[in-house]
Amino acid sequence: MTDSAETKEPKAVENPHVAALNEACGPVESSTFRGQQRVIVPAEKSLDALSLLKASGFDLLVDISCVDYLEYRGAKHRYGLIYLLASTSSNQRLTVRVFVDDPEPTVASVVPLWEGANWLEREVWDLFGIRFTGHPDLRRLVMPEEFTAHPLRKDYPLQGRGERHNFPVITRDHS
Amino acid sequence: MAVAQSGSTGLELPENVVVSRLDELASWCRKNSLWPMPFATACCGIELMATGAAKHDLARFGAEVFRFSPRQCDLMIVAGRVVMKMLPVLQRIWQQMHEPKWCISMGACASTGGVFDTYAVVQGIDRFIPVDMYVPGCPPRPEQLIQAIIDLQDKIQQEGTRTGREFNTHQRQDRKRALVECPEILSLDASRNPNLQRELSNSVTKTN
Amino acid sequence: MAIAPTEIETSPEARNEDYLWTLNFGPQHPATHTTLRLVLKLEGERVVDAIPEMGYLHSGFEKIGEHLTFNQYVTVTDRMNYISPMANNVAWHHSVETLLGIDLTPRCTYIRTIVAELARISDHLLSNGAVGLDTGAFTFFLYAFYQREVIYDIFETLCGARFTNSYTRVGGVSQDFTPLVIEKTRAFLKTFPKTLHDMERLLNRNRIFVDRTKGVGLLTKEEAINRGATGPVARASGVTRDLRRDEPYLAYSDFDFQISCASAGDCYARYLVRMQEMRESLKIVEQAIENLPSGPVDVGIDERMALPTKKQVYSTIEGTISHFELSMSNRGFEVPCEESYAAIEAPNGELGFYLVGDGEDQAYRARCRPPSVLNFAMFPHLIRGHTLSDVVAVLGSLNIIAAELDR
Repeated sequence: MTDSAETKEPKAVENPHVAALNEACGPVESSTFRGQQRVIVPAEKSLDALSLLKASGFDLLVDISCVDYLEYRGAKHRYGLIYLLASTSSNQRLTVRVFVDDPEPTVASVVPLWEGANWLEREVWDLFGIRFTGHPDLRRLVMPEEFTAHPLRKDYPLQGRGERHNFPVITRDHS
Repeated sequence: MAVAQSGSTGLELPENVVVSRLDELASWCRKNSLWPMPFATACCGIELMATGAAKHDLARFGAEVFRFSPRQCDLMIVAGRVVMKMLPVLQRIWQQMHEPKWCISMGACASTGGVFDTYAVVQGIDRFIPVDMYVPGCPPRPEQLIQAIIDLQDKIQQEGTRTGREFNTHQRQDRKRALVECPEILSLDASRNPNLQRELSNSVTKTN
Repeated sequence: MAIAPTEIETSPEARNEDYLWTLNFGPQHPATHTTLRLVLKLEGERVVDAIPEMGYLHSGFEKIGEHLTFNQYVTVTDRMNYISPMANNVAWHHSVETLLGIDLTPRCTYIRTIVAELARISDHLLSNGAVGLDTGAFTFFLYAFYQREVIYDIFETLCGARFTNSYTRVGGVSQDFTPLVIEKTRAFLKTFPKTLHDMERLLNRNRIFVDRTKGVGLLTKEEAINRGATGPVARASGVTRDLRRDEPYLAYSDFDFQISCASAGDCYARYLVRMQEMRESLKIVEQAIENLPSGPVDVGIDERMALPTKKQVYSTIEGTISHFELSMSNRGFEVPCEESYAAIEAPNGELGFYLVGDGEDQAYRARCRPPSVLNFAMFPHLIRGHTLSDVVAVLGSLNIIAAELDR
């Protein structure tokens, strides 16, 4: 656990949020890179942490996405969920990272907090296979419903496994 | 279209009469009034709209109306990448179009998959749809699309419809074989047709 | 692709009503917003619910990002929001340069600002043109398209392509501004205000257009923030968030311009916000063109990020080394094993890329944060209770670009 005071440019404005998170959800790791504050929150506390952050001013959910660390050197967990938050009143940004693992990656859904998370979480489910408990309507968003794999995982090849050409052919005589 | 001064019939046609073959006339009408149905999916769709807009006007070539209903069109322009979720839709729309119909595959993505050799993009719609004209480019300039339409018009004029047998032109059909082989009668004027002369003289000698 | 109605989140009125008429709108449809699908539940002409479906243009952009280098991927970012590709290029390289920690030269920041603002004008012209076209104003659409041709001409003179330019590179741009480009931009700045004025006179107080768009598709400020809206859609609802002023990037802090906002939150407000943003963009381009700093466009040779000029390669040792480092396939950029996010104010909203670097010159993960996804997700909320003819007006005003939506 590293406290934010150890980073090169301690920003006094971010400290209260990290401190509040430290109190509420146990120790959280935080770091700064290129002026952006990142916090790592354990998966089971993610909903509490995000509710706390929403209540303390981060009202805009910018993005939810995921990184598959399967081929990353030095990675300890497989999936890293990223919540990008921003505050419209004070123009601060914060990145919250939540790590989950195979075999059944599951995380609490933040749709009760931000309605915009609905489709973003559906996309993460579709492309990575991370389940969101409490999501009102978790089904595929960008891939067809019959699709079975989760394409953005690192073990899925770029050209796919033949699904893209598995269709009937129409020739001039038929049409 | 030829103004026929048919030597065999010896007709003289006044100036306001044009004689042609029916299929050539039909092809001429069809090629000059191609109504495109834009199946615009991505960036090529914007160039398609630009081709239809004021600066490069596609309406000059007969493609006056961009009807979006497949029942009212005869040319489907697939502009943009087709992904596997969209391919059944494309096939259904193609089947809903009435004959005669043609298809232009506009852009690199529709022709071969383009830059997107990924799990989701169909590598060329001609794997699943019969395509008549391919337009390369990413995206093709409006002038390229207009050239493609002109080339398609030439193709229509030369070939007519691909499956249309409605005019029964003897080039595309198998020659009908009569039950009894008769020599060809080239001309009704016996003096210029040795076969006919022979036939006539044979029948004359027989009856005699 | 059948959707079982009981499985999907719908409004309570729509869920169990059998008498409602289901209309499938798309994915191939006359509105110029390409491949979106809406399943509308209608009671007569009134829309009781709308279930949007996307993914009909999903091409795996994010997976491609893991296989292409930073300078190669910019060609793919062109194809995202394809009506303002320059803005996507600027956004991509802004994130890459944030990850790599590069500072650009002043001339480069001004040039990127100019092309980003021209792309914004181009985008708003098409967006409002599409709103006009869908509500029946064909002349407005043709005017807009003609002005876009003028902008295409500027871009073509600049980098050779009408759109899908792939103009930016790591540490700089691919071609510098020539005097001809500056002259054409100045000519555009002279002629465009009059055309904009003509276009406004066509629609601003046009009875039919105002009736069709005023009060339609209302989005309140709290809903806009809760649903993650950014860009003109949010600003038309009163959210005064614009990254050009709140988190200034490139050269925006040097210019004097206003942020366009409205409070009504309906389609008409979004239309007006976009028209006003075009005027502000003109101001920015004018100030930038007049004060364009001279100097090099790419970062210096020592940074080993941008390809040096041929003269430098042949005459200086640093140029040769830099060229070698960048061109050989087993060398390349020094990319830190870190993650960062950087966003710009694209014409459609906040367009950002979350990049994970792993030491190689290909991103380990390139996530694009698309503004269109959140805008489209809001659509059922905006359309409930309106009529079928309002569907196209609202869809047009949200400016949903299918390629950015699906990536």
